[in-house]
Amino acid sequence: MAERYNFGAGAGGVNVETTVLGADEIILNMGPQHPSTHGVLRVKLRLDGEKVVGSECVIGYLHRGVEKIAEHRSYQQFAPYVDRMDYVAAVSNGLGYCETVEKLLGAEAPPRARVIRTILTELQRIASHLFWLGTHALDIGALTPLFYCLREREEILKIFEKYCGARLTTHAFRIGGLQYEAYDELEKDTERFCKDFDRRVDEYESLLTENRIWVGRTKGIGVLTADAAIAMGVTGPVLRASGVQWDIRKSMPYAAYDQYEFSIPTGKNGDTYDRYLVRLEEMRQSRKICLQAIENIPAGPILGKVGKVLKPPPGEVYHSIEAPKGELGYYIVSDGTTQPYRVRIRPPSLINLEALDQMIRGHLVADVVAVIGTLDIVLGEVDR
Amino acid sequence: MTNDSEEKQPPRPAEAEKPAGTPAPSASPSASGGTPSGETPGKPAAPSAPVAAAKPPAAITPPKPAAPAAPAKPPGPPPPPKEAPPKPAPLDNDLVKRYKARFGGAVVEALLDRKQAILVIAADRLLEIARYSRDEEHFDLLVDLTAVDWPKREKRFDLVLNLYSFSKNERVRLKALVAENEPVPSVESVWPTANWLEREVYDMFGIVFEGHSNLKRLLLPEEWQGHPLRKDYDILQQDEAWVRENLGIESGQ
Repeated sequence: MAERYNFGAGAGGVNVETTVLGADEIILNMGPQHPSTHGVLRVKLRLDGEKVVGSECVIGYLHRGVEKIAEHRSYQQFAPYVDRMDYVAAVSNGLGYCETVEKLLGAEAPPRARVIRTILTELQRIASHLFWLGTHALDIGALTPLFYCLREREEILKIFEKYCGARLTTHAFRIGGLQYEAYDELEKDTERFCKDFDRRVDEYESLLTENRIWVGRTKGIGVLTADAAIAMGVTGPVLRASGVQWDIRKSMPYAAYDQYEFSIPTGKNGDTYDRYLVRLEEMRQSRKICLQAIENIPAGPILGKVGKVLKPPPGEVYHSIEAPKGELGYYIVSDGTTQPYRVRIRPPSLINLEALDQMIRGHLVADVVAVIGTLDIVLGEVDR
Repeated sequence: MTNDSEEKQPPRPAEAEKPAGTPAPSASPSASGGTPSGETPGKPAAPSAPVAAAKPPAAITPPKPAAPAAPAKPPGPPPPPKEAPPKPAPLDNDLVKRYKARFGGAVVEALLDRKQAILVIAADRLLEIARYSRDEEHFDLLVDLTAVDWPKREKRFDLVLNLYSFSKNERVRLKALVAENEPVPSVESVWPTANWLEREVYDMFGIVFEGHSNLKRLLLPEEWQGHPLRKDYDILQQDEAWVRENLGIESGQ
């Protein structure tokens, strides 16, 4: 948004960052304390009347140096930290981290653990999407869906609580498998939730999909073409809504996803409305995966043999999973000690947020709120 | 609820793994009950909690041997992977051959680590290689761009690019060795997403990208001094002057 200008020539000149505004333009600061930014995101908007002509994100308000902390913790000690990045989908974060370390060790989780991981991760995806739908609709002015969505999300959180005692930052998995055996009613609870859930999604759809205000506020807003999305490195539902049928669960299966049938929904127009439809369909597909998975949970151990002290042989590995927000990748370098030499986390939210600028150009200020919502960012993950 | 928590105890093969570091002191009290080894849900649970809590005082009171005993024990039975441990090996497949034919000596090394291809390339030809990777090898998604610091090496940084190809469903990692204060060409013109990623690397490591449209810190405040992810930047270190001036406190710790 701001440009650099040289004033004065030669060595005595200064290079200054300045924003030169047109006669009708103003700068509007949005956030970091603003209810629609879903955390501490600050966006500097350059406006012509009510039209956005430029923007700049200011992030880092929630930076905790997670990657630095990782270098000073053992592999097991770092595991709970990843839950605090995308705190709306902590189970997915944990799955990615545990699988990456397992790859680094050359170990694998036993089949039973992998299936239970899949069930919990898919429930987490539904919970994350529900939270997204509720808050996104709230931002745009539809109050009711929030209550419905949180009602269903609560049921999922109860399953997590019964499984591991925590609802939000669950630390549900361990490197090598699971720490806790599934509780007796896990299948029953999951089934009860899933049986009912399809009808619930219909309910949300009846509130929004053909709602004139909803359609008016989302159709054609924040369009991202497939090429632009790939160039911006966007992943997850945002990419799929632009028409790219790519899902890591299919293309490079992990956990137990290769055993289940599900489809990858895509959109056509890459606008806010399509992203809404894609996520709704994803919830239905996740429900399908859960139903298939509880049908046959293999017996056997839940924790593979990884040893008590983890000392991965020197080397490096990159592993990524399809988190609810997009590709969540971990790049871990080991120097053969008990602590990782370097942990790099590829957060989907950060890279999806980068596309915000080109998505809101030419739209109105009110649409900025809709686009931030549709990107489904979590600042804990953006800033780490 | 209480039923649940009791039922969670039995899976002890897993639970037993947890107090790995400090089993020595707790082993003796639980040894008597531990011999039958079957169902003694209460006992291991009870020691395992105090073990964690008792760790700090442990240094003062009796089990001073506990501290050395704990690290001493694990090295005894540390056979995590029983199969051949994974390690980097030279790689020479079609992909590598094509890169080598095209760029010759600029492809310094090709490795396979944990079944993942790594190309070590010359930093000054990064832009060229990046453009080739996108246009002709169809690595159209720059998944991630980051760095690793090896301060003892002559060229201390690894600049790491993780690429993905939709059409081939394949990943490759480009790695360029970069010295301190050595500028690297920006790949923003090839993959626009590199804009923020390079800013983050600049912020955290201080690597300067030439030709970047807006190279400034991404996460830390612009006036911050130092690059935290460098190995010589201590975990407790901070820009105290900045903290005092802007937060009005003595320390952020």
